[in-house]
Order: sequence, then C-alpha cells, then structure tokens
Amino acid sequence: MSEWETVIGLEIHAQLATRSKIFSGSSTAYGAPPNAQANLVDLGYPGVLPVLNAEAVRMAVKFGLAIDATVARHSVFARKNYFYPDLPKGYQISQYELPIVAHGKLEIVLDDGAKKVIGITRAHLEEDAGKSLHEGLPGASGIDLNRAGTPLLEIVSEPDLRSAREAVAYMKKLHTLVRYLEICDGNMQEGSFRCDANVSVRRKGETKFGTRAEIKNLNSFRFVEKAINYEVERQIDILESGGKVIQETRLYDPDKGETRSMRTKEEANDYRYFPDPDLLPLKLDDAFIEEVRTSLPELPDQKAARFTSQYGLSAYDAGVLTSSRELAAYYEDVVRQVPEDPKLAANWVMGELAAALNKEGLEITESRISSGALAGLLKRIRDNTISGKIAKDVFEAMWSSGRDADALIEEKGLRQITDTAAIEKVIDEVMAKNPGQLAEYRSGKDKLFGFFVGQVMKATQGKANPAQVNELLKKKLAG
Amino acid sequence: MSIHSSTLAELAAGLRKKAYSSVELAKLYLDRIESSQSGLNAFISITREEALAAAAEADRRLAAGEGGPLTGVPIAHKDIFCTDGVRTTCGSRMLENFVSPYDATVVSKLKAAGTVMVGKTNMDEFAMGSSNESSYFGPVRNPWNTALVPGGSSGGSAAAVAARLVPAATATDTGGSIRQPAALCGVTGLKPTYGRVSRYGMVAFASSLDQGGVIAATAEDAALMLGAMAGFDPNDSTSVDRPVPDYTATLNDSVKGLRIGLLKEFFDKGLDPSCEARIREALGVYEKLGAQLREVSLPSLPLSVPTYYVVAPAEASSNLARYDGVRFGYRCENPKDLMDLYCRTRGEGFGAEVKRRIMTGTYVLSAGYYDAYYLKAQKVRQLINRDFERAFAEVDVLIGPTTPTPAFPIGAKIDDPVTMYLNDIYTIGANLAGLPGVSIPCGFVQGLPVGLQIVGPHFGEARVLNVAHVYQRETDWHRHVPDAFK
Repeated sequence: MSEWETVIGLEIHAQLATRSKIFSGSSTAYGAPPNAQANLVDLGYPGVLPVLNAEAVRMAVKFGLAIDATVARHSVFARKNYFYPDLPKGYQISQYELPIVAHGKLEIVLDDGAKKVIGITRAHLEEDAGKSLHEGLPGASGIDLNRAGTPLLEIVSEPDLRSAREAVAYMKKLHTLVRYLEICDGNMQEGSFRCDANVSVRRKGETKFGTRAEIKNLNSFRFVEKAINYEVERQIDILESGGKVIQETRLYDPDKGETRSMRTKEEANDYRYFPDPDLLPLKLDDAFIEEVRTSLPELPDQKAARFTSQYGLSAYDAGVLTSSRELAAYYEDVVRQVPEDPKLAANWVMGELAAALNKEGLEITESRISSGALAGLLKRIRDNTISGKIAKDVFEAMWSSGRDADALIEEKGLRQITDTAAIEKVIDEVMAKNPGQLAEYRSGKDKLFGFFVGQVMKATQGKANPAQVNELLKKKLAG
Repeated sequence: MSIHSSTLAELAAGLRKKAYSSVELAKLYLDRIESSQSGLNAFISITREEALAAAAEADRRLAAGEGGPLTGVPIAHKDIFCTDGVRTTCGSRMLENFVSPYDATVVSKLKAAGTVMVGKTNMDEFAMGSSNESSYFGPVRNPWNTALVPGGSSGGSAAAVAARLVPAATATDTGGSIRQPAALCGVTGLKPTYGRVSRYGMVAFASSLDQGGVIAATAEDAALMLGAMAGFDPNDSTSVDRPVPDYTATLNDSVKGLRIGLLKEFFDKGLDPSCEARIREALGVYEKLGAQLREVSLPSLPLSVPTYYVVAPAEASSNLARYDGVRFGYRCENPKDLMDLYCRTRGEGFGAEVKRRIMTGTYVLSAGYYDAYYLKAQKVRQLINRDFERAFAEVDVLIGPTTPTPAFPIGAKIDDPVTMYLNDIYTIGANLAGLPGVSIPCGFVQGLPVGLQIVGPHFGEARVLNVAHVYQRETDWHRHVPDAFK
C-alpha cells in the first residue's frame, strides 16, 4: 500500500445545447466554415452589447435542481479580463462571486460497488472563446470565432475524489446526467464536454492539501485517467526525492502520455474580475425555478432504482441500462412488448445488442435492430419457437438484413422442433449410427452424453429443443 | 430672422409649411459646417452626399404628406455613435478608418424619424475629456471665443449647435460630457436617465455611466429629439422597458409650487462668484413663477469625483481591451510577435488621456487593490444614490451650476488632469446615480455663457424639460448666438 493519498477536483466545461449563443443570436451548430457563425457581437465590434440567452439560464437551473444544489435567486455576470487573439472583447463574460448554481452533490459508484457522494462546489454560466488555427498558415495564425460566445456551464467539484478511477466515475456520471437533462450533447470529440483536473498528493493522515497542479485539455475519459495517474506518480516522485511540487498549470499530451508545464502561478494572469456593467444581475423567482423543476425528466439514479424494483434487475444491470436516456428508453420499449421477462430483455440489450453496436461504433439510437424487432425475437424465444442459440443466429441475420425475426425464422426454417416423436426418431437414428459410442456410454463413460446431444442437434440443424433433447436422450441412452 | 437661427421646432414647422425644402436646409447647414471647419473644427466627418440623398427622400415624404415631426430636419451625430457605412472614429487614431457595418439604435431611430444626418461631430478621444483637447482630430474651439475650449467630451456637438451649424446633435454623457460643453457653449444639453436611451451602437467608455442624449438650442428641441431617441431596446439589457411619454406635451406645465432643491454642496468655494450670481438670478426667475426654493444637502456628493475616477477608468480599461489590432481598427506596422502587436497597436493607437485611464482602471481592478478601490467606490456610489433618493423625497428638482467656471483657454488644464477632472464636479453625481439632468444657458460672464443645471429623479425627463422650458419662456439666453455665426 502506498503511503500517499491522491486528492482530485474536476472542473468540467459542458457546452449547453442551445441553438444560439449565450449573448448573441449566432448559431452554435458545429462544423461551419471559419467565422461563418460569428456576428458583430461575437466579434466584439465597437458599440455592441450582450443579451443573455434565456434558454441557457433554464438549462443551468435544470442542472442545479438535478444535483440538489442551491439555485441562486440573484447571480452576477463578471468580466474575466485577459488578452488573447481568440478572445474578441479582451474579456470573457463569466460568473465569479455569485454563480447561478452552488452546493450540489452527485453520488458515484466505486469499483467495489460502494457509493460515494461527491460535492459540487458551484456551476456557473460563461461564454466560450474562439479558436486559434496554426496549421496550414505558414508565418501566421488564423482565428475562428464560430465557437466564441457558445454557452458553457462550468461545473466545479469539491476536492473529494481520491483516485483517477473515482474521477472518471464522477465524470461519466456527470456526462450521463447532462445528456439526461438534454442540456449538453456530451460530444467529447467536438469539445462539448471537457475537463480540467486539479491534482495533488499528500501523506495519508495529513489533513492539509498538498500543492496542486491543474491539468488542462482532457477530452476523453481515458485521457483523464491516464493524465491523473501520470501526474500523481510525477508528484510522488518529486516529494519522495525531497523536492517540492510547484503550483502550475500543466498540459496533457495524449501522444506522449505525459503532462508538461504550461505556466506557473507567477506567470498566471491577474484576471481583474468585476461585475459586467452591460448585464443586469440575473434574478430568478421561485415560480420560475418550480416550473423548471416540473420539467425535469426522471433522473439516472431514480430510473435505476425503479429498474431494480420494477423489473427485478441487479443494481449493476440497472446502472448499465440507465447510463443513457436513449438506452433506457430502448430497453423499456422492449420490456413493454415482452413484459413477462424483463431479465431476458436486459440480457439481450446488454449482451448481443451492445456488442453489435460497439463493433460498429453506433449509438443506441442508430441501432439496426429496433426495439420492436428485438422484442419480436425475444417473443420467439419465450414461446419456444427458437432456442437461445438459434436466436443468436437470427439476431445476426436481423442485424445485417434489417428484416424481422419471424420472416427470417420462416424463410430459413429455423422453427424449433418440440415434437417429442420427431426428436425421438432422430435420437433413434443417431443411436443406430453410433453403436460403438452407445456401448461405451452404457458401460459407464458418461462424458459421451455430450457427443449424443451434439449429434442430435447436428441432425436437426440445431433446431431441436435442447431441454427436450436432454430429457429424451437420457431416457433412450439408459435403454 | 435668418433660417439658421431657427430652432429645431421652427425648422420642422417651416418644412411642413414648405417655407423651404429639406434639401435646401441640408445645403444651408452643410455650407455653414464647411466654412466653419477651419475655425471651429467641430466635425470629424461631413456627409454631404448621404445628407442630400436623405433630404431628397424626406422632401418626397413631406410632399406626400407623410413623415413625423422631425422629418427632413438636419442633425449631426457625435462620432461615438456607429453609423452604417460612415466612419465612426470616436475621436481616436485607433478608429481613424473604422467604418461601422451597422447603425447604433439611436442613429436608426432618428433615421426612422426622418432626420437628415449632415455629419459627425468631434469629441474627446473615446469620450475621455472635459475640453475636447484629447481628440486625435484636433481640439474643437469655442464659438464664443476660439481661444477657449468648448468643453467635452461632446465639444463638437455643443460647438456645432452654439454656432448654429446644426439645430441639434446627439451627444453622450458619462460624467458630464453633454451638460458641461452645453454650459460652456451656451446651449441646452440633456442627459437622460440611465437606461432611457439605448447604448447599443454607442462606443462604450464606462458602461454603467454612459448615456446618450442631445444638445440643442432649446429645451423644446431637446424634448422633440428625446422623444425620437428614447425607448426600450432588446439589444441593450440595461435599457428600461417603460413607455416614452410625449415630452413636448408637458413643457408648459406650471411650476407654481414646484419644490426646487439647492444643493448646498454645489454652492461651494470652488464656484466662480460671477457664475454664482447668474445662477442666483435664474433662481429668482423661478421664485417669480411661484416655485419654492429650499436648501438640501447631499453629504456624500463631494466624494463623487474620486468615486467616478475609480469606476469609469475600471470599466474603460475593460471596454477598450477589444482594440487589439486583430479584427478592426488601427494595427501597428510589421509586428514581430503577438505581444509586439498588442503593445505597439495600443501604444500608437491610443492618446495620452486614454492610456492614463486604462492604466488607472487596470490598477484599481488588480488583485490586492480591488477591494480598496473598485469595491469601495461602488459602496460610495450607493451612498450617493441614497443621498439623491432622500433629496428627491423632499424636492421635485435640484438646481445649481453646471460647471464651476465658464470656458477656459485651450491648453490651460491639459497638463493637469486633476484640475481638469474637477471641471465635472457638479455633473458627475447625476451619472453615478443614473439621474436625468439638463444644462441650459442662464446668462454670461465676461461674454462667456454660464450653464444652469436641473437634475430630476429617475425618469423625470419630462419634469426636467418642463422646468427648463418655462425658464426659456421667460428669458432669451438660449437665443444668443456668437457674433461670428449670426
């Protein structure tokens, strides 16, 4: 056991899924040609003024209510001042002293199944900056301000996380939550959900925090885990060799799998925050907050609890099936059509279907087999038309052809043989063809039972009902 | 009487009576502007072509019996208001060649009202100054004596109206920039309540204090202009959604029984005794009209200048960060790297007063100084606000001097910023509290006009204009024009 304890706090930037920017009417759609979605407000032209997007406020309130936080009746937008070419106004409009959301919490499940509550210090609204482009422009830099002014919710956790795994569990849980709330598309490749990690280590038993490093640019769960583990080791190495960790901002390099110094505390900007005089304090009344509360969907934890009680699923299965709102909806659609066996539905959704989706990198909403089609297949398993094994073949055929189970079963003659006389007839033939094996079996070589099952299944192209085959074979072989 | 000595209201009436056409008026004023430029330098841009086209369109509408009370009258815009297709310099090298791609809300509203823009007036750089000497385009001269300053920052608008180069001009007031030059040039200058007129398209100096308004010859003209300029603007979150009354309808209301507060703090030792004499005479006029005078005190008011010179530079330091040479405006030659681009663009593009305020503002917002300066200034601002609220519980308007002295010589105070800043000592309070105020001419001291300031409660523009108008019915100071421009 290490004598060191890791302390992590995450700052997560979730891009809010509004159609227009937080302070201007420009579109927030991803992938437009550079600067096609930057109007005069986004460009910071002389004389222009910001106007707050009400939908962004609503989304922040939704988030606050979902994490059981205090939603501020009075919050204030502030200017964070610094010069950078992709920051058109020379300041970013953010929230500083009075954020819209404070004192929330989120429960995560640890690797050993235990639960842990992570505190969320605050979540505040702010605008994103643009992007500087350096590639393909020798001797110059380009600036794309399409992203400038995109609404962000910055979610700051307490330093409650004690390992990279916990950090990832927390980040995944938040990722699930923001998508449930439909306030963020969660697309990490496009930067819609990204993370900075504050990491420090201290000796076990120490109550004071160690000096922390802030790691920037973590845009995948894998990078978060790797970067934190790298950083923890780096800091322990420094401390164990008698050195001191310095407070600094570090950048994660995914190619090299390491973090490197970006700027030290001494080089940090003095942001000169002050309330933005162009925007009045944001005042929310109870009626509005209650109205937003009634619009909240069933949240992941509530849904998982219901899945265990209503469908008899394990906590693990319920957790997996509620990991996205779409997956849960798919599952419940299947169960609605095969209500007698929710566990069977869970196994198929989490098993064959998840594997097939995974293989092609598809989302549940892009599944080649609809919930209705999958339910159709499960019904045939339930009524013994086909065996579970045949069902896997049918599933594959459904996946590649897009056709339904019944049509495929009919066409390929996959209907299960459940007629006792027919199965007995096949057994008799198999026994007749294999007198040597029969004699051995009867002299005590029980292991040969599997051989006979195999032969019967082969003779029926796998269509014989396996339970019946077992039962009848036992009787016949016994003589 | 010559046409150019007419008020805006008289010109509007003349247009409707077909005494002259809008094109004729535009030409007349454009000629006056052009011949005055070498002497006064009141304009940065003269827009003859655009003006004649707009005037022809106004004539067409007038002939068709269309248009409102302002259709066809020539006006000028302070060069702080963005005008689509016409350069907007804000008096700075930084924006010397900046052509705005859009109209400020004030500009589009006045355009919609049918006014004809003849040009854009000179001003202190980024509206920072009280003498118009900080303009990159050279100082404006006072029409009453061209060796003197016209005041600032709306010095071009005030000088232009005083010399009757236009009947009215837009202006802005952050710490007195409408009222102080109006006083020094002997014209009427109205700063509305903060939030009454949209700031959208008005180049920002200090956002929590900036307010667009108007300089005209009379209170009646200011009322006409304000009616067209005021109103809620969805593009300005600080504009107030409140109906705009007809400001001309109440101009003649009786002031009998009106409670006039005399601010003890305004009649202090800094006030020039000859100016004070003119103010006392004006108060006599109100007494004769049946108003009651009473002294009131705003104990926090003496703190208004230091408070202002923390808040305004703080906001300015942030508002002016966008002038970085990247997207628009001035850019230095051959920058060797990003830092060089920033430093030289801003070093070369901004003048001394602007740099002084950016540095002051950056300092007061810095870590370790924020609480001592910015936060404390905001607290004092609250106290000043409350002082005014208490005063307006007792009186209907506050009346006093606009400035401590009449116009001063060009160059006299430019090297002494603190003395220059004290010129706004009587006007800054209304900005910090967001109150409407008007300055009207109330006589002369050694041939130079003296301004009388009337401050009202929030959204009390109608009352302030009424009080100004009844005075102008009794006196003719507002009809005086400098000899050279008669």
